[in-house]
This record gives sequence, structure tokens and C-alpha cells, in this order.
Amino acid sequence: MSTNTIDPNSWIDKYSDYLFNYTIVRVDDREIAQDLVQETFFAGLKSMKNFKGEASERTWLISILKRKIIDYYRKINSNKGKAEVRINYSTDSETEGDWLEERVADPFDGNAESEIENEELGLAIHSCLDKLPEKQAVIFKMKTIQGFDTEAICNEFDITASNLWVIIHRARTAMAECLEKNWY
Amino acid sequence: MKTTNNIFVSCEQAKYICDKNQYGEASALEIIQLNLRLVYCRVTRAYSKRNTKLTQMIEKSNIQAIDVSQKKVMKQKLHEELTK
Repeated sequence: MSTNTIDPNSWIDKYSDYLFNYTIVRVDDREIAQDLVQETFFAGLKSMKNFKGEASERTWLISILKRKIIDYYRKINSNKGKAEVRINYSTDSETEGDWLEERVADPFDGNAESEIENEELGLAIHSCLDKLPEKQAVIFKMKTIQGFDTEAICNEFDITASNLWVIIHRARTAMAECLEKNWY
Repeated sequence: MKTTNNIFVSCEQAKYICDKNQYGEASALEIIQLNLRLVYCRVTRAYSKRNTKLTQMIEKSNIQAIDVSQKKVMKQKLHEELTK
């Protein structure tokens, strides 16, 4: 029985930033990341009929995006694309134990874990943003993530500075609550 | 919410200043007003702590968003694809 439904019209508002963040940490280029997100939506449209509703729309889109990212690495034929796990240590007794040395953790490469943690944190923040009312989320993102001027946002939405700060206050309170529940 | 010249501000005003301060937009007077309130108001202290933590988390996550104008283009393209 399908429990989740699909609504392509809401994809950009709901998921584009989430997918974008997922992509940007993997391709490290804003334009390419945007293209991959757009391609994911197109591919989603094409395979809509295959959506069984077992997963959430977002999970389903992420699974498409993952393929797109892998395809991208294959296409540019990067080292990452060619990377495969190849282990061929000989059983020669002379070299026995060499692998141990190679596998000792590199003390200077201690960032991987914190990078993963930061990525997860980014996705947790996006999940919380999804729960905000749309206007609040858009304004909060513009102000906090994209660093727009108060004046620019006020002009864009035709609101006063006081209105803006009230919206920001509500958004920040909701975000802090949500992250407290889901993160720390 | 209006700011006052009185150095004693209400809890609500202090929260409002605290929000502005997260974006570096609080004036020197407002920062003094906030700090004074922080000395004796537990509620403001708790709010300030939580608010600062949120700012730090967002900075740490290096979270990014697609530009609003770019999103409009994406919507347009998706719409074209939908109506094909």
C-alpha cells in the first residue's frame, strides 16, 4: 500500500536545498551541484510511475541523486570515479605484516570524522528548516545562510524591518527547539 | 519592535536585540542594553545561550542554499518538462 505521494510542483521549494547540500559536499562546485539537482528532478519526473510510495519523496529523490553523482564522476573520469578497492597483499612471509603499517591511522588526517559530522549536521538543519512555514524558512535562509542585507529582504518581500525580525525570531526559536530534539 | 534609549529593556526587547546581534546588526547601545539585562535575567541568559549555539551550529555545518533567482529558473525548467 502506498503511503507517500508525489508532487513535482513542490519539489524545488521543499527539497532543492537539501539535495544541494548533499551534493555540494561531494562535488565541491556550486554550478555542477545545481545541475545535478536539476537533473535529479528531471529523472524523478521520468520515473515517477516507478515510485511505490514506500519511501518518502525526499529519500526517493536522494537515491536518484546518488546515481547522478556517481555518473558525474564516471563521466569526468576522475580518480574518485576510478577508485575501487583493490587489495592484493601477497602471502609472502617476508612482507607479512606490511599492511598493518599501511593501515595505521594517519594522525594528520583527522578531519574525516568531523567532516562527516558537519555534513550530517547540515542535513539535520535542513530537516528542521523543512518544518518551518514556507515564508519563514525562505527568509531565514536568505538572512542566515545567504547573508542578505535586512534591507534587501525587506524590499523583496515588501515587509518592514520589524516584521523581518519577528519572522527571524520565530524561525530561530523553532530551529533551536527542533535541533535540540534531533541533534544534541 | 522599537528600541528605547533607556538602558533597562524588557525581556522581549532583549531577545529582539539578541537576534539582531547574531547577525552583527545590533547597535552599540543595544549591546549595552542586552548585556545589562543578561546580568540579572535568567530567561534572557537562557535565550542568548541557545541563540548563540544555533548560530555556531549553522556556521559549523557550512550549510548552503541555492540562490532565490536560480530557484526560479529551476522551477521554470521543471514546469516546462512537466507540461511537455
